[in-house]
Amino acid sequence: MNETTVGPILTSDGIPLKVSLQKSERKNKIRAFLLVVPLLFFILFTFLIPIGDMLLRSVDDSYINTVFPKTFEEYKKWDKQDLPSEELYKTMFFEIKEGSGYSIGKATTRMNYAKSGWKSLLKKSKRKFKKIEDGPYKEQMIVIDKRWADMEYWKAIGVMVDPTTAGYYLNAIDLKYNADKEIIRQKENRRIYIKTWIKTFKVSVLVMFFCLILGYPISYLLATLPLKYSNLLMICVLLPFWTSLLVRTVAWMVMLQQKGVFNNLLVMSHIIADENRFQLMYNQTATIIVMTQILLPFMVLPLYSVMKTISPNYMRAALNLGASPLHAFYKVYMPNSIPGVSAGCMLVFILAIGYYITPELVGGKDGQMIGNWIAYHLKTTLNWGLCAALGAILLGVLTVLYWVYNKLVGIENIKLG
Amino acid sequence: MTTSESFVKFDTVDKSYDGEVLVVKDLNLDIPKGEFLTMLGPSGSGKTTTLMMLAGFETPTGGEIYLEGEAINIIPPNKRGIGMVFQNYALFPHLTVNENLAFPLEVRKLNKSDVQDKVKKALDMVELGEFGNRMPLQLSGGQQQRVALARALVFEPRLVLMDEPLGALDKKLREQMQYEIKHIHERIGITVVYVTHDQSEALTMSNRIAVFNDGKVQQISSPTILYEKPENAFVANFIGENNQLKGKVKSINGKNCVVTTDNGDDVTSLKINVNSVGDSSTVSLRPERVEINSSEGNFENSFNATVKELIYLGDHIRTRVEVCGNDQFIVKVPNSYKGANLKEGTSVKLSWKASDSRALDLG
Repeated sequence: MNETTVGPILTSDGIPLKVSLQKSERKNKIRAFLLVVPLLFFILFTFLIPIGDMLLRSVDDSYINTVFPKTFEEYKKWDKQDLPSEELYKTMFFEIKEGSGYSIGKATTRMNYAKSGWKSLLKKSKRKFKKIEDGPYKEQMIVIDKRWADMEYWKAIGVMVDPTTAGYYLNAIDLKYNADKEIIRQKENRRIYIKTWIKTFKVSVLVMFFCLILGYPISYLLATLPLKYSNLLMICVLLPFWTSLLVRTVAWMVMLQQKGVFNNLLVMSHIIADENRFQLMYNQTATIIVMTQILLPFMVLPLYSVMKTISPNYMRAALNLGASPLHAFYKVYMPNSIPGVSAGCMLVFILAIGYYITPELVGGKDGQMIGNWIAYHLKTTLNWGLCAALGAILLGVLTVLYWVYNKLVGIENIKLG
Repeated sequence: MTTSESFVKFDTVDKSYDGEVLVVKDLNLDIPKGEFLTMLGPSGSGKTTTLMMLAGFETPTGGEIYLEGEAINIIPPNKRGIGMVFQNYALFPHLTVNENLAFPLEVRKLNKSDVQDKVKKALDMVELGEFGNRMPLQLSGGQQQRVALARALVFEPRLVLMDEPLGALDKKLREQMQYEIKHIHERIGITVVYVTHDQSEALTMSNRIAVFNDGKVQQISSPTILYEKPENAFVANFIGENNQLKGKVKSINGKNCVVTTDNGDDVTSLKINVNSVGDSSTVSLRPERVEINSSEGNFENSFNATVKELIYLGDHIRTRVEVCGNDQFIVKVPNSYKGANLKEGTSVKLSWKASDSRALDLG
């Protein structure tokens, strides 16, 4: 080791250089921060907070605790062997009788997820409990509705006592809690999500694949043509961007339906018989065809901008060194276009996996994707917890894919230009 | 028709891109084996197009190109066995230096150990032996340039083409590389066709230089002859510094002629590119062949001139004078006792020999 210890470098006025540097950089840092402040707040309030709140709903189960606080307190004492004690019946009775109609109504929706029947039971009870003046309450409640003597109903409350729940996530992958809070599979006819997840991935991968197959040659042409032709071609590629998504989707409906343009042409040219028209609309095929067309520009643009940077001299050099055009393309051009391929595939896949409008309009029953279920629960069943769980799983899957991709290809290999 | 001694032969080659303008016009060029030929010219003169036709990336619109007596117009570039060093090198950025060099060998299906041997030998030749595992972009410009050179030579091509390979380097490195390329050429004796717009590069490296302008070869000869004996005004002007006096031919006397400049002075010059009395002509004269205030008497030309500007350049003083109606006339005066006395605005006597001034076309 060197004997003289080297102290921090000082500026001429004796202040350590690092301090001095920080001071001089501070102004720039503040300036940079001020420039992004408006956007930061905008994103915070319109994106991060709402999304965070939404994601919390996927595990949140606290509302019902606020409606039946005493009951749940009493419930924890129950041994779950026999019917609950008079005390539990009594607290339940008063919290139902005295609770507001609105909060009870909202709570029953949640209770119904745990055990269907709760909703009608509580509705009926709320109405009839008015006539009961004093105890013992247990027998009187069972007289009003014998479901009050059903252990299954009482056990189902156990699933809801915790203010957080994994129930929505279980639901999103075709599982649920049984009354004993064990995880079991949904009934055969209610297993829909796993199937939809698989379908969503399949459609997204196929759309990505077709976009790549169709987009690569056109991007190559765009990148190698002289400017005056490539500009024209670029407009053709971008034209769909300037047309409304709905208009384009409806145009496809006209094109692809059984009595549509495409089938008519085939029949007219005697390629297929009139009774053998292709079923191209309201199924998965339609979803794939239309989504490929809609997402194609998102593949072409990154591909084009990367290919534009590949010097034509690379191909020339490869030819000059003796490689056949095909070999030169495979060994030299393709590896250099990988960053564009990656970017395009990522973009198309991410957009495709959450797609909603197109499958909704052209997908029929067979072409529905996970986005359609999210929309359905958001708007129709109002089961926002399940929506949030489905959304969170989507987000999680994409994050995992991104991580895997980064390990395999390296994120620095993504290039948009 | 081919002749046995020409290794590369351009036979009345034309090239047009748009069907309206000929970029290369009626090109005839013979390159013997082992020669270092430079195609020199301003941009748009057709030199790069000529090189691209030889490499096979452009097809001649007319005429035929022969390589070792074989017509190669229809042979695709990958079957020609010609090495090429590209402008900006065109090293494959996704391959290491070794892989770049191995590329042409693997394409030719050489076995692994041969490939390794040759790659190593080629890298050693350009003194980059320990850089084999680097990526091209991790190398400096000069190193990339040498890798490109090694890659063009590693598969032992019949012919190497170089398209302004030193254009991207700074001046000092460029000069160093010029010698390096020249020495490699001398050592392995390969035929090189080199394209540049830098005349000093051409003069340094070449056996012969073909000066291109307007799609035509203006003159093709050794650097010395090109500089000393330019055959037309373009070559005289393009190669080296040059004074031009414009006028009309007054009389012709054997190999000399007298040209009357626009202000009436008679200049005696070699008759190079004029035919008859009355022709317009440009008299071309190198700045270093003009004497100032010479006491000797054996100069055919002697005129009074006015000093307009003096530029001090260390070893010599670049002196701009007005003589024979031309105020852009440059004389290089050695920085000795003679130069020290010059003052702007003073009158001096300029003299030069008839054999140093060449009566050329109008240019």
